[in-house]
Amino acid sequence: MEIIEKIINGDRRATAKLITLVENNFSQAQEILKKLYNYTGNALVIGITGPPGSGKSTITDKLTKILRKKGKKIGIIAIDPTSPFTGGALLGDRIRMQDLSLDKGVFIRSMSTRGHLGGLSQATQATVKILDALGKDIIFIETVGVGQSEVDIVKVADTVVLISMPGMGDDVQIIKAGIMEIGDIFVVNKADKEGSERLATEIEMMLDLSQNSRWHPPVLKTIATDNVGIKKLLEEIDRHIKHLKESGELEQRRRESTKKEIFDLIQEQWKEMLSTFIDNGFLNKIVTKIIKREEDPYTAVEKLSNILVQSYTQGGVKNG
Amino acid sequence: MEGKKIRVLIAKPGLDGHDRGAKVVARALRDAGMEVIYTGLRQTPEQIVETAIQEDVDVIGLSILSGAHTHLFPKVMELLKENNVEDIIVMGGGVIPEEDIPELKRIGIAEIFTPGTDTRDIIKFIKEKVK
Repeated sequence: MEIIEKIINGDRRATAKLITLVENNFSQAQEILKKLYNYTGNALVIGITGPPGSGKSTITDKLTKILRKKGKKIGIIAIDPTSPFTGGALLGDRIRMQDLSLDKGVFIRSMSTRGHLGGLSQATQATVKILDALGKDIIFIETVGVGQSEVDIVKVADTVVLISMPGMGDDVQIIKAGIMEIGDIFVVNKADKEGSERLATEIEMMLDLSQNSRWHPPVLKTIATDNVGIKKLLEEIDRHIKHLKESGELEQRRRESTKKEIFDLIQEQWKEMLSTFIDNGFLNKIVTKIIKREEDPYTAVEKLSNILVQSYTQGGVKNG
Repeated sequence: MEGKKIRVLIAKPGLDGHDRGAKVVARALRDAGMEVIYTGLRQTPEQIVETAIQEDVDVIGLSILSGAHTHLFPKVMELLKENNVEDIIVMGGGVIPEEDIPELKRIGIAEIFTPGTDTRDIIKFIKEKVK
């Protein structure tokens, strides 16, 4: 395939076009992704997550600059939210990465969530593979500004860097479930602000209670805009990757994420098939029955699933 | 996840620091359901074209208030040609004298929106052009 040839030879236009296809028409992109898969598996994936305004883009920018000096090729996927009201999005992560735009060793793609919850977009996983095939050594995924439960990044990243900043609530926030459980490395950014010392201590205390004895997540303080603490952060990322490789956890994590990807893809595929039922009015008939109490929704779903499986084994769902 | 979205790069080349107009347009396009990549101030034509390629945008909107449009627009068009991406639609806005517009259109700028333009006209223009 010509497009694959282009991507593995570093063609940025072809890469960008394939990412667009993944976002707009996944089933068509899939045929290309099938063939591309053989060229992937070399890149390390670093997730950068944290609340809005905590400094994710700035930290990504500074880390990239150091890595470029070491000759590493970098891919960056920067995700911002889609408006649930208009479907539009304002993607502004590049503002903090302006100096990187002319570096041919860096490829940046801004993405919107397009209704996907969890902090990433549906197309993120495939885009990681595309940038991997493009020859990037390290791929940063910058999630949307997260709240408490957008934890999808653990499915995709080898190392998750969780960024916090002072002034966002009391110590109970830190022991709540969700986002605080996914960090491999914790960063307290804007460390020149009041309360950063206390926040770092509180995170450390929370981590002391956790059961994972194989990796104790470090808590670092940074002032990203002044480049303070970024080198140390990179060292800790290196140390974590080394730990993952030596302990066998890297393979373990990738097995887990592959499992999750399979489930996600199957769900997507079945959702699509289901929507063909909706189109031809079949689903509406069932809904009418349920509303009239002629059938209960649970039995209806059982029947529907059977029909779907049957139609699928007979070569695709066409008519209800 | 399916479905085409119009992607627009709103860029602010040149050295002036006035990005209010650019932000108003970016916001309006967002509200019209488009994905707007906003890159901030003082972008060089090289940066703008490279960003447009990586982001695979349909439209580039350039906001120029510095009077340097007669230099910046042709440079962007030239770079698009060099990179074989002339299919990207380029539009411009800002303080641009009436008498300069024919020449800008001749070099391939699809439209120039001067101060006072209704954002709905910009939205309509983009939706008609990107099909």
